[in-house]
Amino acid sequence: MPRNVRDVVFVDGVRTPFGKAGGVYAQTRADDLVIRCIRELLARNPQLPPERVEEVAVAATTQIGDQGLTLGRTASLLAGLPKTTPGYSIDRMCAGAMTAVTTVAGSIAMGAIDVAIAGGVEHMGRHPMGEGVDPNPRFLAEKVVDQSALVMGSTAENLHDRLPEITKERTDRFGLRSQEKTAAAYAAGKLQPDLVPIAVRDENGAWGLSTVDEAPRQTSLEKLATLKTPFRPHGRVTAGNAAGLNDGATACLLASAEAAEELGLPVAMKLVSFGFVGVEPEVMGYGPIPSTEKALKVAGLTIDDIGLFELNEAFAVQVLAFLDHYGIKEDDPRVNPWGGSIAVGHPLASSGVRLMTQLARQFAEHPEVRYGITAMCIGIGMGGTVIWENAHWNGESK
Amino acid sequence: MTFPAEVVTQAKLRLTAVPGLDKPAAIITLDNGFDHTKPNTMGPGGLAGLSTAIDEALAAEPAFLAVTGKPYIFCVGADITGIPFVTERSQAAEIEALGHQVYAKLRTAPVPTFAFVNGAAMGGGLELALHCQYRTLSAGAAALSLPEVGLGLIPGWGGSQLLPNLIGVVGAAQVIVQNPLMMNKQLRPKQAVELGIADALFEPADFLERSLLWAASVVTGQTTVQRPEIDRDMWDAVVYFARTELDKKLHGASPAATKALDLLALAKDGVTEAGLTAEREAATDLIMSDELRAGIYSFDLVQRRAKRPAGAPDRSLARDVSKVGVVGAGLMASQLALLFARRLEVPVVITDLDQERVDKGLAYVQAEIAKSVAKGRLSELKAAKLRTLVTGTVDKAAGFADADFVIEAVFEELGVKKKVWAEIEEIVSPEAILATNTSSLSVSAMGAELKHPERLVGFHFFNPVAVMPLLEIIRAEHTNDVTLATAFALGKQLKKSCVLVKDAPAFVFNRILTRFFGEIYNAIDLGTPLDVANTALDPLGLPMRPLELLQLVGPAVAAHVGKTMHVAYPDRFKVSPSMEKIVTAGLPLLVDDEINPAVVELLAGGQTPLTADEVRERALAALAEEIRIMLDEGVVADSADIDLCLILGGGWPFWLGGITPYLDRTGVAEKVTGRRFAPAGVATLPA
Repeated sequence: MPRNVRDVVFVDGVRTPFGKAGGVYAQTRADDLVIRCIRELLARNPQLPPERVEEVAVAATTQIGDQGLTLGRTASLLAGLPKTTPGYSIDRMCAGAMTAVTTVAGSIAMGAIDVAIAGGVEHMGRHPMGEGVDPNPRFLAEKVVDQSALVMGSTAENLHDRLPEITKERTDRFGLRSQEKTAAAYAAGKLQPDLVPIAVRDENGAWGLSTVDEAPRQTSLEKLATLKTPFRPHGRVTAGNAAGLNDGATACLLASAEAAEELGLPVAMKLVSFGFVGVEPEVMGYGPIPSTEKALKVAGLTIDDIGLFELNEAFAVQVLAFLDHYGIKEDDPRVNPWGGSIAVGHPLASSGVRLMTQLARQFAEHPEVRYGITAMCIGIGMGGTVIWENAHWNGESK
Repeated sequence: MTFPAEVVTQAKLRLTAVPGLDKPAAIITLDNGFDHTKPNTMGPGGLAGLSTAIDEALAAEPAFLAVTGKPYIFCVGADITGIPFVTERSQAAEIEALGHQVYAKLRTAPVPTFAFVNGAAMGGGLELALHCQYRTLSAGAAALSLPEVGLGLIPGWGGSQLLPNLIGVVGAAQVIVQNPLMMNKQLRPKQAVELGIADALFEPADFLERSLLWAASVVTGQTTVQRPEIDRDMWDAVVYFARTELDKKLHGASPAATKALDLLALAKDGVTEAGLTAEREAATDLIMSDELRAGIYSFDLVQRRAKRPAGAPDRSLARDVSKVGVVGAGLMASQLALLFARRLEVPVVITDLDQERVDKGLAYVQAEIAKSVAKGRLSELKAAKLRTLVTGTVDKAAGFADADFVIEAVFEELGVKKKVWAEIEEIVSPEAILATNTSSLSVSAMGAELKHPERLVGFHFFNPVAVMPLLEIIRAEHTNDVTLATAFALGKQLKKSCVLVKDAPAFVFNRILTRFFGEIYNAIDLGTPLDVANTALDPLGLPMRPLELLQLVGPAVAAHVGKTMHVAYPDRFKVSPSMEKIVTAGLPLLVDDEINPAVVELLAGGQTPLTADEVRERALAALAEEIRIMLDEGVVADSADIDLCLILGGGWPFWLGGITPYLDRTGVAEKVTGRRFAPAGVATLPA
C-alpha cells in the first residue's frame, strides 16, 4: 500500500530547571519531574484536547524504581491524560529524549498517530550512572571494548588522545564560554519561558519552588585550571569542561503538520531528517560527526546550510571535535548561543528535548535562518543528530 | 500551658523565588515529622512555633506569605489529646487566646497571606486557613470539615465568626452545625469551593506549583479574586430556622450545637472583636464541660479502642479464610454474603432449603451490586468480580466442603440452629470456623453437641449489615483462641469495629436497649401517656425516640428479645402487656411522624401515669444497674466497651460518651450502684 510520508512538526517544548544530583530535587521523585512537564505542555496548549495525544514516549537511562514501570505510560496516567493514551519508555542513554522524539516522529510520519508527547528524565541523584548495570563479561574477555569504554569521562580523555590539537586550555575556555553565554541568556530572559517551576521539599521538609537551573556558576580560566582531572592523572577532563551530574526532565509536543493546523497548534519547526550512527565506544564523543553527516545526507543538505547549532555539551572536547571537523570556529555565534550542558547540566536522557526547545526559541528570533541541528554524543559509542527547518523562515537567506 | 505529649507540628519557614515577583515569597510548611498516617495537629507547642515562623516571615518582607502542609495533610485540627490535661478554666482560656492571637497574625498581616490547602483540613486546621486572606484547595484533599460540634465543642479559633462572613450563614450553619451531627460528614473539595471556602481549586498533580503561580498573579493584580456578596438580610431567619431544625432533632441536648448557632447569630455584622470574644468565652466554657470531655473520650474509643479490641487474642493465631459459606439465603444471609464477598474478595456460597430461596438470595446480591454501581460506589471492575464470587446452591456438601468459615443466619431458634450445625459439621473440615449470627441465643448451648465446639463463635452484626459498624464477637464456653483470633481478623477485614463479648443473653447492645426501653413500655403499662413516655428521653439527644426505633426494628423482633431476657432475668426484664398488644395489633406506631391515634387508644388504660422526669429517672437507673451487672458478670472487659457498642451500634451521641460518662456525671451511677463507672477525669471533668 503506497503512501506518503507526512511532515512532523515541533509544537512546543518545556523542561524543569535542572538540579545538581543531591541538590534541589533530592526529595523529589523522577517521575514527578516528567509528569509536571507533560502537564505544563497541556496547560500551555489548551486548544489541544488531551485525548488527541496518541502516544507518550519518555526516556530514562536507568529504568529502575521511579524511572521504571514503563514510565511513558505511568507518567501519562499520573499527568491526567486519558486512559486511552498509550505510552512507552525509551533508552538510548544521553540521546533518550532525542530518540523519543525521532521514534514518535516516525509514527507520525507514517500516519499511525497525529499527536504525541516525547520527553525524558534522569534523576542522577536517585539513580547514579551505572546503577544496577551488569555488563557482559565477554565485553572485556573478548576485547569487544576497552574497559575505558564504559566510563564516559575516560572516553573523553581518549578523544583528547586522538585529537591532540584540542588542548585542555581550549576545553576550559569552551567551558567558561558556556557559563558566560548561559548567564547572559538568563539575564536576557531567554531560558525562563520554557522552565516548569517545580515544588520541592528540602531535607527539613519545607516546601519551596525550583525556578532556575542549579548548576550554572561564575568561574574563570584561572579557577578552571585548578580543577582535578578525575578520569586520569594529569588528564584534561574536569568538572569545568564537562557536564555535571544532574536531575531534570523535559517534554515536547509533536504533531503531524495537518493535525497542528486542524487543532490550531503553533508550529515552531519542522523535522527535516535525523541520523544515529555508532562509533568506537572508546571515543564515543566522536559520534555526532558521522551522525550529522548521515542526517545531512538524508536531507540533501550540507553543513553550510545549517544556521543554528544546538550541540549537547557532554564534554567540551567532543563539541570541539565536531566543530573542528566541520571547520566551524569554536566561538561561532551560531553554536549554542545560550550556552549548554556544561553550564545548565545534563540529566542524561532528558537533554535531547532541551536542545530542541532552545533551537525552536532561537528559530523564532532568527527568521533568516532556515535550518538548524540538534546533535549529541551517546554512551557506548554513538552519535545522534536531528535537522530541523525553521517554521518562521522568511525565505530571505539560508 | 503545654500539652505533655504533644506531637508538635512544626512550622517550617522557607523563602523562595516565584516567577513574576521581584521579591521572594515566604512559605510555611506545617509538618509534624511523620507521614500522612499521623496527620498534623495544632497544640500549644505548634501554635508557638507557627507564631515565630509568621513573625520571621513577615520580618523578611516577602511578596506574600503562604501556609501549606506536608503531603496529603494540611492540618486536621487542635491536638485534642491534650484536653484531658486542661484542668483549670484559665488554662482553657489561655489556649483559646493563643490560637486567636497567632492565627490573627495571618488575617492582619501587612502582606497578602494564602493557605494552600493541599490535603485534609479539619477543625483548627481549617480555621488556620480561614484566617489567611486567600485559599487554594487541592482537588485531592481527603477531608474538609469543622467537626467540633460533634465532639461537644465549637470552632473556637475564629471559625464561628470567619466562616459565616466568608460564605454566608446558610453555608456556615451547614458546615459548623449540620455536617458534624450527620456522622461527621466531610466536604468534598468541589463542594468546599462552591460554598466559597476556597478561592481556587487545583489538581493534586501540580497543586503547589499552580497555587504559587496563582498567588503571584493575585499579588501582581493579574488575578482578581471574586467572592459573592454575603446576604445579611435573611441572617436572623436562617439562624432561627436552624435552631428549630436542631431542636426537632436533638431537643436541646447538645449545648455545643446551641452555642454554635448563638455565635453564628453574632457574626451577622462581620468579624467583630465582640464576636471573637464571645467565641473564645464559649469555647472556654465548653472545654471545661463534661460534654466535651465525654466527646473526647468517645473519639478516642472510636479511633483507638475500636481498632484494637480489648481481649482479642494474638492476631498471629488467626487462620486465613479463602472461602466462606453462608447458611440461609434470606435477607440477613444475603447481606452477609455480599459483605463477605465485598470485603474479603473470596468465594462466598449461600445455601438454603430449595432453589427458589437460593435464587432469591442471589437476586438480592446481584441487585445490590447493580445499585452500588449505579450510585458510583462500586467500580464495574469490582462489581464484575463480586458477581463471580457470590454463588448459591442447595447442595451444602458441594458448596461448603472446602470453606474455611461458615456463618449461619437461619431462623432464630436453638433447635433449628443446632440441627444446622450438626449437618454442617459432617461436611466441612474439622478446622473450619463456624459462626452464628444469633442476636440472643446462647452460643455455648448451640455448640454443646458439636464434635468440635471450640471452633464455634458468635458473630452478631447489626442491621443493615453493610452500614452498621458494630460487630459483637461472642466467645462461647468452648471457643478457642484460634477461632477467636480468626473472628477478630475477619471482623477487621470486614471493616467492622469488634467488641469481645461473653456468651450472655442478648450480648451487649440489645440487652441494654431492651432494659432501657423496657422502662418506657413499663411506664406505658402504668398509664403514662404515649407521647410523654416517648419523649421522656429527649434531653439525652438520642438519634431516635423509643417508638420510632421500635417501628424500625419491628415490634415482633423486639418482643422476642424481650422474652429471651425475661426468661434469663425475670426480675429485671418484665414482659410488657403494652408491647404484647402492639405485636398482636400489628398497627403502625407512627403515622406521618406522629403517634398513631389508634395505638394511643390501644394502649390506654393504665391508672398510675408517670411524669416525663420520672420515666427518664427510672430508665436511667435501670440502665446504670444493668450495665453494672453486666460488668460484674464479665460480659465485656470494661465500661468503655459498653460505650463503644452504644456509639457504634446505636449511634448514641459523643456528648453522652456512649452512656456511662453521662451516668457518672449526672450522679445516677453512684446513686443507683454506689459507684462510678470511671474515675473523674477519664470521660468527665477532672475532680
